[in-house]
Amino acid sequence: MSSIYEMDYNVGSRDFAAAGDASRSIKRTLQQIGVDTSVVRRIAIASYEAEMNIAIHSKGGKMHLAVNSDKVVVATEDFGPGIENVDLAMTEGWSTATDEIREMGFGAGMGLPNMKKCSDEFSIESSVPEGTRIKMIFKL
Amino acid sequence: MKLFEIKDILGAQILCGEDKLGDEISLACGCDLMSDVLRFAKEDVVLLTGLTNIHVLKTAEMANIQCIVFVRDKTPADEIVQEAQELNMVIMKTKLPLYEACGKLYKEGLGDKLYE
Ligand SMILES: Nc1ncnc2c1ncn2[C@@H]1O[C@H](COP(=O)(O)OP(=O)(O)O)[C@@H](O)[C@H]1O
Ligand SMILES: [Mg+2]
Repeated sequence: MSSIYEMDYNVGSRDFAAAGDASRSIKRTLQQIGVDTSVVRRIAIASYEAEMNIAIHSKGGKMHLAVNSDKVVVATEDFGPGIENVDLAMTEGWSTATDEIREMGFGAGMGLPNMKKCSDEFSIESSVPEGTRIKMIFKL
Repeated sequence: MKLFEIKDILGAQILCGEDKLGDEISLACGCDLMSDVLRFAKEDVVLLTGLTNIHVLKTAEMANIQCIVFVRDKTPADEIVQEAQELNMVIMKTKLPLYEACGKLYKEGLGDKLYE
């Protein structure tokens, strides 16, 4: 089925000033399309955590938004270094973030679990050193 | 609780959103970990934090949080206040540290489940 709306976003590695702007844009787009407020909030939160992870933990990557009549899909991929143990990374509180990241307010180890919680379907594939792909589906 | 009451209780200074001080809020969240805010905060909260970077604002925007109080006399950069204004948010700052600011609001009944 073809999408009503699709958009790609680049996410730079360690560009913390710009990190989050793709998610802001995603949120504003969904609001304009008229997606239900509480669903928009879940998508915005999950996208923002995904985007921050690309900026913080990866060598940079991309996000893709697709809006269909019955669902919104947010997919991310990055250029490495990948996650060695995905089950561990999905555990609440588990983080490899540095103090610098903590001082920015991230690195609580809640990002991946929260993306899973916010989305209706969540899948993650990661290989070292190629990179990580995440797909989140939100039903409308 | 109305935002102007929060301002009075905290002896806070308004940085933007003066016209929205009549708005009502029922919960508060005191936190420096943005991921915890994104995970646990409800929409109808005032966020109290000691962080002043742009991610506080982005976090608030993503989570539909309309009011931020910066504690410990921290002042955000002008661009942050500017952006908050464009987002129709209310921004305040108080001299109180996070613990005291939260404690005072709690004592005055904000977010106290006992009185709901
Ligand atoms: N895109 C990514 N690339 C590489 N590692 C990642 C990526 N996303 C998450 N991780 C790893 O998984 C851990 C947990 O991620 P998350 O739950 O978002 O917590 P946090 O970002 O606060 O550390 C991170 O600390 C990091 O080690
Ligand atoms: Mg994270």
